Amino acid sequence: MPDIKSFTMNFGPQHPSAHGVLRLILELEGEVIVRADPHIGLLHRGTEKLAESKPYNQSIGYMDRLDYVSMMSNEHAYVLSIEKLLEIDVPLRAQYIRVMFDEITRVLNHLLWLGAHALDIGAMSVFLYAFREREDLMDCYEAVSGTRMHATYYRPGGVSKDLPLNMPKYEETKWKSKKEVNKLNEAREGTLLDFIENFTDRFPQCVDEYETLLTDNRIWKQRTVDIGIVSKERAFQLGFTGPMLRGSGIAWDLRKKQPYEIYDLLDFDIPIGTNGDCYDRYLVRIEEMRQSNKIIRQCVDWLKNNNGPTISDNNKITPPSRDEVKEDMESLIYHFKLFTEGYCIPKGEVYCAVEHPKGEFGVTLISDGSNKPYRLKMRAPGFPHLAALNEMVNGHMISDVVAIIGTQDIVFGEIDR
Amino acid sequence: MFDYIVNYFNILLAYFNGLSILPYTLILITMIMVPLLILVAYYTYAERKIIASMQGRLGPNVVGPKGLLQPFADGVKLFFKEIVIPTDSNKFLFLLAPIITFTVAFAAWAVIPFDSVLVLSDINAGLLYILAMTSLGIYGIIIAGWASNSKYALLGAMRSAALIIAYEIAMGFSLVGVIMVSGSLNLGDIISIQKGSFFNWLWVPLFPLFIIYFIAGVAETNRAPFDVAEGESELVAGFHVEYSGMGFAVFFIAEYANMILISALTAILFFGGWLSPFSVESLGTFAVNDFTNNIILFFINDGIHWFILKTLFFMFCFIWFRATFPRYRYDQIMRLGWKILIPLTLVWIFVEMLFIHYKIGPWFN
Repeated sequence: MPDIKSFTMNFGPQHPSAHGVLRLILELEGEVIVRADPHIGLLHRGTEKLAESKPYNQSIGYMDRLDYVSMMSNEHAYVLSIEKLLEIDVPLRAQYIRVMFDEITRVLNHLLWLGAHALDIGAMSVFLYAFREREDLMDCYEAVSGTRMHATYYRPGGVSKDLPLNMPKYEETKWKSKKEVNKLNEAREGTLLDFIENFTDRFPQCVDEYETLLTDNRIWKQRTVDIGIVSKERAFQLGFTGPMLRGSGIAWDLRKKQPYEIYDLLDFDIPIGTNGDCYDRYLVRIEEMRQSNKIIRQCVDWLKNNNGPTISDNNKITPPSRDEVKEDMESLIYHFKLFTEGYCIPKGEVYCAVEHPKGEFGVTLISDGSNKPYRLKMRAPGFPHLAALNEMVNGHMISDVVAIIGTQDIVFGEIDR
Repeated sequence: MFDYIVNYFNILLAYFNGLSILPYTLILITMIMVPLLILVAYYTYAERKIIASMQGRLGPNVVGPKGLLQPFADGVKLFFKEIVIPTDSNKFLFLLAPIITFTVAFAAWAVIPFDSVLVLSDINAGLLYILAMTSLGIYGIIIAGWASNSKYALLGAMRSAALIIAYEIAMGFSLVGVIMVSGSLNLGDIISIQKGSFFNWLWVPLFPLFIIYFIAGVAETNRAPFDVAEGESELVAGFHVEYSGMGFAVFFIAEYANMILISALTAILFFGGWLSPFSVESLGTFAVNDFTNNIILFFINDGIHWFILKTLFFMFCFIWFRATFPRYRYDQIMRLGWKILIPLTLVWIFVEMLFIHYKIGPWFN
């Protein structure tokens, strides 16, 4: 009898469920996975090295492009690390705006995750429902920063602009009649905050809608319950963070454990799972969306009632206003220095982490006192998750690999950097 | 007026009857094939439009008014694309596979009764013939998967080979239930014993078998939630991953023709085919005038329109499932087939035996 060899299959990088450019070498026995070997680096753009050759502020835009579905959260960790080294204060309104947009980002990320995960498992409608709501949140991004994805909105010392007083509106086209456009624009008549408030009112019903398609669906349960179980101990040992860790039943959330910005003033809960399988992680993320919605609502209420500066007035770090530049010599100098040379950060080393939608996103920043970082190192939450892929898929089938890649919520922008 | 049309049709048929058997059959085949191919084309359009509206999208709306010419645009595109034959593939089998699937998908239509008279060949073993033809379709898939020389295609072929055992048995058993009532394998006979009204149809006494038959039918046509053989997100396109141009189009047409076939069969076996849901005697006559009276009577009476209507309903269900359900894993389908569907059919066949023994209802006396 000839030797029975296992079947080696190349899963990706061009594969509908590779979530970008994952190259996974699978060793199969029939359809059962013996070994899964993820190869990374196909999306490597050298962000960390690029940042070393640019003044600090010019790298904010690169942060958006790391995890390209949770843009502002990436910026947040970077900006926080600069602020910590500079020891500057951020106005309270800016902190609220940042937290609000962090949570909008979390909803954006979880919606994409939900859609992609469901699509991988074969439920195609959820994807489009999720994108319907994403569209509104993208519009919020557009309203504050002018772009729908790579916002570059946060700045050391605050945020680049205050919230706008009007929303971008739909226009009549060949495909959309006046009546439809008016209906779409109904919520957009007021300010951005009104729009977000309106969104928070209807979002819980939208989540219910996704849940009716999935949560109690027998097929969905068969495909996710007891798939890719990670025990509490293993989740610790593997360096999991975020929903992957909470799905295994560990209530670890930087927003609660090491509160940054104004998270300690807000009322929200951390959902945790019990079993550590794909279904628990699905439930955790769904609940996180609801909690994020609650946080957004609290921020909106505060922001509506409180005005104030949205960026620090330390003009060595933040640009002076246009009027001041025209009239004041010193402001002109600050402006010129800031946009040519940037600012210098005192010598030192710092690690700042935020609770990113995918887990703990940290930035280690080493400064040698110049206007560029000496070394910048990102801790991408997806990296340790992907490293555990082999362990999670072992003994499962090909269909489960797809479900597990989905539950890990992998984005290659941050893993390959 | 409608009687007139039907009469005209019958005269036409009688005329063709005068021809020798070969051209006569060829003409009849064309009369089935052409509408069927058009239906397949517009089924794809309907699928895209219906799923789009379920998902809050627009669907195709550029080619022609409301996108109605989209299927032809797709057809022309596929027709002019190069047929790529992968290196080291078995060229003969690679090209044979879509032909098998296509031929078999359409051959099954030979015994489908569209009306009390409209049937290409009214053979006695009609149901067996259909079972044979629909099961042969799987050979196309397995051969395509093997001949492609691609690992994804091979896995797809392996999955469908494993699956056919799971659902084909349940499907066969649910048909046994139908045969037990009708006492005949002829599809026309199976319809005529369901005569009466809505509640005389076989779905009432055979409800579990009807559900199982339709589930097995969805599995047989490789449609969501049982589309594991081509599972987009797992095997990219499964067995037809290496096919391009017309090779792919032929698989595609065969898949849709099979879906229509399963819908038609469900309508025939459990919903009385061309029978009307109303019993005409109970309605009395409408004495408005002769013309409207005739029109109303024509629609209420048995006829091909009822058959088409029922078939369209089940065709819609296929699309509906696709928009709703996640995909099963293939071992889970086997578990469903072996542990749930097959025992359930066996139990129901036993129950049916009791029905027959005690001559229950309008169905078993």
